[in-house]
Amino acid sequence: MRVQVAIVGGGVGGTLIANRLRHLLHGDARHETNITVYDAHGIHTYQPGWLYVPFARQDPEKLLRPEARLLQQGITLLSGHAGNVQRILPAEKRLLTADGELHGFDYLVLATGSRNAPEDVPGFAEGADHFYSEEASRRLQEKLAHFAGGRIITGVASVPYRCPPAPLEFTFMLEADLRERGLREQTELHYVFPINRPFPIQPVSDFVAPLLEERGITVHTFFNVEAIDPARRIVSSMEGEELPYDLLVLAPPHKGQDVIAASGLGDRDGWIPTDRATLRVKGYEEANIFAVGDATDLPVSKSGSAAHYQGHVVAETIAADVQHRPLQHQYHGRVACFLETGHGQATFLWFDYEHPPKPPKPRRLWHLEKAALNTFYWQLIPPARI
Amino acid sequence: MSSVTITREIDARGSYCPGPLMELIRGLKTAAEGEVIAVISSDPGSKTDIPLWVEKSGNELLTVEPLADGAARFIVRKHLRK
Repeated sequence: MRVQVAIVGGGVGGTLIANRLRHLLHGDARHETNITVYDAHGIHTYQPGWLYVPFARQDPEKLLRPEARLLQQGITLLSGHAGNVQRILPAEKRLLTADGELHGFDYLVLATGSRNAPEDVPGFAEGADHFYSEEASRRLQEKLAHFAGGRIITGVASVPYRCPPAPLEFTFMLEADLRERGLREQTELHYVFPINRPFPIQPVSDFVAPLLEERGITVHTFFNVEAIDPARRIVSSMEGEELPYDLLVLAPPHKGQDVIAASGLGDRDGWIPTDRATLRVKGYEEANIFAVGDATDLPVSKSGSAAHYQGHVVAETIAADVQHRPLQHQYHGRVACFLETGHGQATFLWFDYEHPPKPPKPRRLWHLEKAALNTFYWQLIPPARI
Repeated sequence: MSSVTITREIDARGSYCPGPLMELIRGLKTAAEGEVIAVISSDPGSKTDIPLWVEKSGNELLTVEPLADGAARFIVRKHLRK
């Protein structure tokens, strides 16, 4: 009997798992296993590149590749209605797609990612800008091109959000950009952040705080956005502070995908309760249902890096099980990422559940490594070469 | 504590980014008035960060329980700002 592996979502996690699993299966196991990726769009996006779009340093078209070109031969991609999963029926081990078909599975990987949820903060859609989608980052590019000075507030609207360093990186890049365009003198810069320091990781905050001060960026900590008044151009926090703005650039609120909530698999925000080590979906531990990346409720960054490390664990676990040598591989909380500090410098963050990050001082080397990853992502990560 | 019902517990042990305080904020964001949430943290910084934010945001820290592995369990009641 053929083994059916269903992977919902063709982002970093889903694509890497499909390719890695295919690679790990040998002989009969390879011939008898169907790996199917369900992805309604059929297009893979390198999302970290959106950060550069507002500054016209990245063509958003170049951040897109057809998912079919990233999957190894022998893997099935369903897209359009056929790949648009409407319901996950874990007890029946079936998926319902928008074309009305039911698909059975023996192993299921939920790599559905997250979605922007501007509706969660009143006034966000009308009053704020961001760079967390192609459309929004293009719109912000237009606004920045016409910006002639005023008060800009950057930061985070709500937690959790994708790629924790991105709002800080954007702020440093914006400051440098305004300086280059001769607009820095006419612009007041403010950065708002939910906790009592500008970045979650203390040692990073310790070297970032003086950089923000040096560059004349006022930091407002303990600022969790509650509402935005687009008419008066005021952003207010849960903690009771109000700030006026001319341009507001915030990481938007995020939620899990609708299919997770519709299938009764998510928590209140649609994040999937997931075991922090086995990556199995809680409540379905015996059913071979796994979740990776942004879609989970794990206490790690919502980032491609987390999805990448988790993807290897899930692919190894499924490959072992299919080949009758069951071995549960463990995720240890590993995340690795770069943080741009402007002026062509960056630092590198590496940590897991047991090892706190010890970021090196910002250097040009890390900036160049980040640039290299942005370029060589397509050759390295989706094919699971690293 | 016998009359308190914890509706949700977040295990943020080993979370460096986004970190236990961000996890608590995430949990409280969708909680209703009066609901009680617990967050477990192994980060020594939480002992100052969490009480500071809870006070500033108008929520209520009910108790902090030390756990055998050196982590601590922070139990917080949600209060909507008037």
